[in-house]
Amino acid sequence: MQVKENFTPTIVAFCCNWCSYAGADLSGNNRLEYPANVKIIRIPCSCRLNPMFILRAFQRGADGVILCGCHPGDCHYTTGNYYARRRMTLLFSMLDYLGIEKERTRVEWVSAAEGAKFAQTMNEFVEAVTALGENKRLEDLRCKQ
Amino acid sequence: MQAVIKKKAKELLECGTVDRVLGWKAGEFFYDLTPAVFTTPEEIDKDFVFSVFSGANMSKYLIEETKKEGKVAAFIKPCDSYSLVQLQKEHRIKRENCYIVGIACDGMCDMGLVREAGIKGATAVSEKDDKLVLETIYGEKEMPKEKALLERCVHCKSKKVVDFDEMIGENGEENPDCGRFDEVERLEAMTPDERFAFWRSQLSRCIRCNACRNVCPACSCEKCVFDNPDSGIAQKAAASDFEENNFHIIRAYHVAGRCTDCGECSRVCPQNIPLHLLNRKFIKDMNELYGFYQAGADFETKPPIMNYTTNDAEPSVVYQRGGSK
Repeated sequence: MQVKENFTPTIVAFCCNWCSYAGADLSGNNRLEYPANVKIIRIPCSCRLNPMFILRAFQRGADGVILCGCHPGDCHYTTGNYYARRRMTLLFSMLDYLGIEKERTRVEWVSAAEGAKFAQTMNEFVEAVTALGENKRLEDLRCKQ
Repeated sequence: MQAVIKKKAKELLECGTVDRVLGWKAGEFFYDLTPAVFTTPEEIDKDFVFSVFSGANMSKYLIEETKKEGKVAAFIKPCDSYSLVQLQKEHRIKRENCYIVGIACDGMCDMGLVREAGIKGATAVSEKDDKLVLETIYGEKEMPKEKALLERCVHCKSKKVVDFDEMIGENGEENPDCGRFDEVERLEAMTPDERFAFWRSQLSRCIRCNACRNVCPACSCEKCVFDNPDSGIAQKAAASDFEENNFHIIRAYHVAGRCTDCGECSRVCPQNIPLHLLNRKFIKDMNELYGFYQAGADFETKPPIMNYTTNDAEPSVVYQRGGSK
């Protein structure tokens, strides 16, 4: 995979309202650094994430998509993230089956108290996606500038 | 077989058990048999056809037919019966409004394979022992039936009719060692680049005719996400690679856990895209991760995607399995 010089990936992070979004908030309050190219989208629960949202994000120019939710067992709606876990496992496996780099998609469980974990996760993920380079396999040329 | 089925269909109509019969009639050619509704014994005499090309899965048509007044009879092959049960599980078919005649099946054929075998200009088909006898404009030709079987019949998962009111012929058994995941495994063993090249070469042929969606018994939503004109993915011609990928990933995903692997999508695809390989990947993954599950095999078991356990595999399991990097 060719890495463009000065390539900064666009990362879309879907964060659950109750845990990970608050975790992101905490990492901000604690002045922890994570790259500015992580775009956070708040969702009510990790199981709100329609697989189509992930594909759409790639279409509109994302290079990596990460889903953050409450730890299994801690879902605000009791069971939402258990369903999300199965759905994402199957979707990622399917993307891999179609030859799309599996490292571009990830799920992490981040609680509201884990500001440091949030920043660390984002740093790691941006690094991994930067190494992969631009998203070519799920891009839509009509959406490129 | 055709004579027995026709007789049964007429009997059911004459004795008043049913008001309509769902069966097959010839389309433009003798091999493109189309599902049709028959209301009188005369119509059945005239148009009803059952041959090795009666591949169409009848269960989807029961959704609309059982909404109407009166009873409808349908002839259900083993693979159709799984869809029938799955649709009943989803409360789409009113079982009290239909009379199911199960028919034993020893495989349906693909006209493309007959042509590939060098038989041109065929005008009629019949079966003799394990051979297909085709009348052509160049005289009678024969070929072994197993050479012309549809892909789904080569890897037939079950010869058992799950739900029926009566049977024509002997009810068979499930066949777990049908090798239907062999091709999926072959693809999984490739490198991601090879897989990507393979799927591009297949999916780029898609003309978005929506035949796979329209024929699929699981794809029976009242309003389909792909029919939404605002979605930007409802157009007939796919304008970019992304759309082809998106359509097929999402379609396979929407039927995951409900797909009975009846193979209709691949049968009707005018571009011969092996769409069943996408569905089978989901089935294989669910079997491996969440325990064996066959959609439509019974009325009780919860589909894996509507269920969970507290110690399921994490999504990161995908990084460790499936192909080499």
